[in-house]
Amino acid sequence: MRKLALNDEILLKIEKPARYIGNEVNSVMKAPDEVDIRFAMCFPDVYEIGMSHLGIQILYDMFNRREDTWCERVYSPWVDLDKIMRKDRIPLFALESQDPVKAFDFLGITIQYEMCYTNILQILELSQIPLFSSQRSDNDPIVIGGGPCAYNPEPLADFFDLFYIGEGETVYGELLDAYKENKRKGGSRKDYLEAAAEIEGIYVPAFYDVTYHEDGTLAAFTPINPHAKKKIKKQLVMDMTDTYYPFAPVVPFIKVTQDRVVLEIQRGCIRGCRFCQAGMIYRPTRERDLEMLKKYAYEMLKNTGHEEISLSSLSSSDYSSLKELVTFLIEEFKGKGINISLPSLRIDAFSLDVMEKVQDVRKSSLTFAPEAGSQRMRNVINKGLTEEEILNGAGQAFEGGWNKVKLYFMLGLPTETEEDMKEIAVLADKIARRYYEIPKEKRNGKCQITASSSFFIPKPFTPFQWVPMFTNEEYISRAAVVKHAFQDQLNRKSLKYNWHDAEVTVLEGVFARGDRRTGRVLLEAYRSGCLYDSWTDYFDYHKWLQAFENTGISMEFYNQRERSFDEILPWDFIDIGVTKEFLIKEWERARRGEVTPNCRQQCSGCGALKWKGGVCIEGKN
Amino acid sequence: MKARIKFRKYGVLKFIGHLDVMRFFQKAMRRADIPIAFTGGYSPHMIMSFAQPLGVGITSEGEYLDIELTESISSKEAVTRLNQVMVPGIDIVSFVEISEDKKAGGMTITAASDYRVYLLESSHCTDARIPIPEKWRGSIPHFLGENQIIVWKKTKKSEKEVDILPLIYKMYSDQDSIYLLLATGSEQNLKPDLVMEAFLNYIGEPSRPFHYHRLDIHARKEDGTLVPLSEI
Repeated sequence: MRKLALNDEILLKIEKPARYIGNEVNSVMKAPDEVDIRFAMCFPDVYEIGMSHLGIQILYDMFNRREDTWCERVYSPWVDLDKIMRKDRIPLFALESQDPVKAFDFLGITIQYEMCYTNILQILELSQIPLFSSQRSDNDPIVIGGGPCAYNPEPLADFFDLFYIGEGETVYGELLDAYKENKRKGGSRKDYLEAAAEIEGIYVPAFYDVTYHEDGTLAAFTPINPHAKKKIKKQLVMDMTDTYYPFAPVVPFIKVTQDRVVLEIQRGCIRGCRFCQAGMIYRPTRERDLEMLKKYAYEMLKNTGHEEISLSSLSSSDYSSLKELVTFLIEEFKGKGINISLPSLRIDAFSLDVMEKVQDVRKSSLTFAPEAGSQRMRNVINKGLTEEEILNGAGQAFEGGWNKVKLYFMLGLPTETEEDMKEIAVLADKIARRYYEIPKEKRNGKCQITASSSFFIPKPFTPFQWVPMFTNEEYISRAAVVKHAFQDQLNRKSLKYNWHDAEVTVLEGVFARGDRRTGRVLLEAYRSGCLYDSWTDYFDYHKWLQAFENTGISMEFYNQRERSFDEILPWDFIDIGVTKEFLIKEWERARRGEVTPNCRQQCSGCGALKWKGGVCIEGKN
Repeated sequence: MKARIKFRKYGVLKFIGHLDVMRFFQKAMRRADIPIAFTGGYSPHMIMSFAQPLGVGITSEGEYLDIELTESISSKEAVTRLNQVMVPGIDIVSFVEISEDKKAGGMTITAASDYRVYLLESSHCTDARIPIPEKWRGSIPHFLGENQIIVWKKTKKSEKEVDILPLIYKMYSDQDSIYLLLATGSEQNLKPDLVMEAFLNYIGEPSRPFHYHRLDIHARKEDGTLVPLSEI
């Protein structure tokens, strides 16, 4: 009988015990004594969020295909269990074997957003692994980080032994082989880290020294170990078809955020929006083969029993064979009671036609992400979307029976003026006007336009990586400008406006572009009780401000300062293929309001061509 | 065409609540490719009904669900296919096609459930069981001999006083466990923990940890006798 790490009394007392018992359909069980490597793969948030993440499912499947490796899953214990584990000194365990994480060879943590950083410390502490890499012994697991936030790993540098920069499908094999080899030779932890540092894409933070100028900016970032490379090259999969993808992902017992088959149709985006980090770091755009996707759709539905399948990509409309794929899915599965969900579609005649086929028009709403209200601002951010396109799309949708529209915007974008802010309300109103142009007897009651804005955060490896952010107060006052503008609109009764929390925004800003020193604030905030910061109910801004004060670290230095082009940025040691020259050129074009064509229209020479793959070589061989 | 599926739920599956068990079976039907029927409409769902929810923490060897089939499938084939897609802690005991006339009453025919109640050394673990004290065993007939057994019963809306004695059809004990046969269903329903709480209260004992194990769910025949759902 399956033995659990938590006793019955605890499991019957806490919320959703199914988060901690493992045993799910398609979870992988192996005999511990028949494998060489135990790998704990962690998403540092609650189970329902972590289980919805595609990347872990891909890596879980990839690792477990190796006979010598058993990869298991770990998620953040929810606050109720967190308290009990601390009080009773129960070590954090992996779901499959229920064995303590501290006995594993590796603890891999995927770092998807800045506001999970305190949860990373929680994972380490509950696992009873020393928080600082420098304090770990040969008996502790190797702690490795990956995911989008690893493109600026510096705020977390002290807490990780290794960072994997880029897509996981490429060098994990080498990394595990090197581990076995080191163990066979009786090598130490340091021996292993040195061997790992030799592998392309692997960054060992302890092997670098950082010095600072008096003004606080970086003076030098220097390798101090002969095995450490000056530049770390991002890893990416060049053949997206002949690669790892799970035929049988784990199926949770409880309802999770992404309770469906997720089919990743392509990686990367041809659009080049200037605020978007994903659009830069995943260059070049690479598509998966249509036949592969068809086969996976069939197999994954069969093996999971899910009642829904969703296509995943940054911009599904740009996938070349979208029409064929969607037609296949509708023809093959719609009659079997399987829902098909198609997020991130551009609104055009084709997508409206598809949506009419796959969802209930009366209940569903259409989503547009114009990101900015004015055409000028949209040109600055290179969102290749004109007002005409938005109004046409909305018009077609309204005529097709929809009457609910959601609009996403960003506030606080570089060069933003008060006029730009007000244009958000004006655009929403124009969409409503378009609706009321339809004769009364043909339309479906009133329309409902909901606009939401988040605050722009400059991210590393984007053309905006040098720009200043604003203060919490300034963000709120910008949202107030928009709010008032909404009240001035003709159709204000059909419009609704919400805005995202500004307090979280400024913190994300600090960690997005922070250097090693910001790790001190993180630790201080965690020590004072910050946890689950991405959950509104648990986020405590006051504690965070206190942590900045206690550590003498200035939020202003990281957020409000305009960086110069010659400043050494904490993430400069990473080579993502896209060059700094391109980013500078893009920032200059942004300031002039010039739109840059997308990768299919014309190559802009970003540097990704050196990978010789994906969209860069489309139609050229 | 309708089929009645009997399944066991044990081990760590006792931590999976009723709604999640329903979701589990919906997905399992697809994995096993059972020809289950769907409702019409824009978002069709499987035609499936469960006899009686089992509380979290309770194990069972007699749980039931009825499904509507679009075509006939052999019982043996269905059991094999379903068991191939189960997880440890849940398995299919039987799959039997049932006649249409039984459909009318559907699962509402549920009348009683029987349980084994084990006394535990501690609430930490359901495996460490201890014998039922002699004194308890002797007290059961007296307990059942009362005129009424009044307990506070909590419902979603309110809390009220109820006499549970008429809902206890059988209660006896051997050294290993206490056997309970209790009213179950939409009209009258009694949970085993409520009985044990009332019993301990009656004999003046403090609260103790128990493990509850459901043996079967029964229907009442026209002559008033009870039979397991799998036998009608």
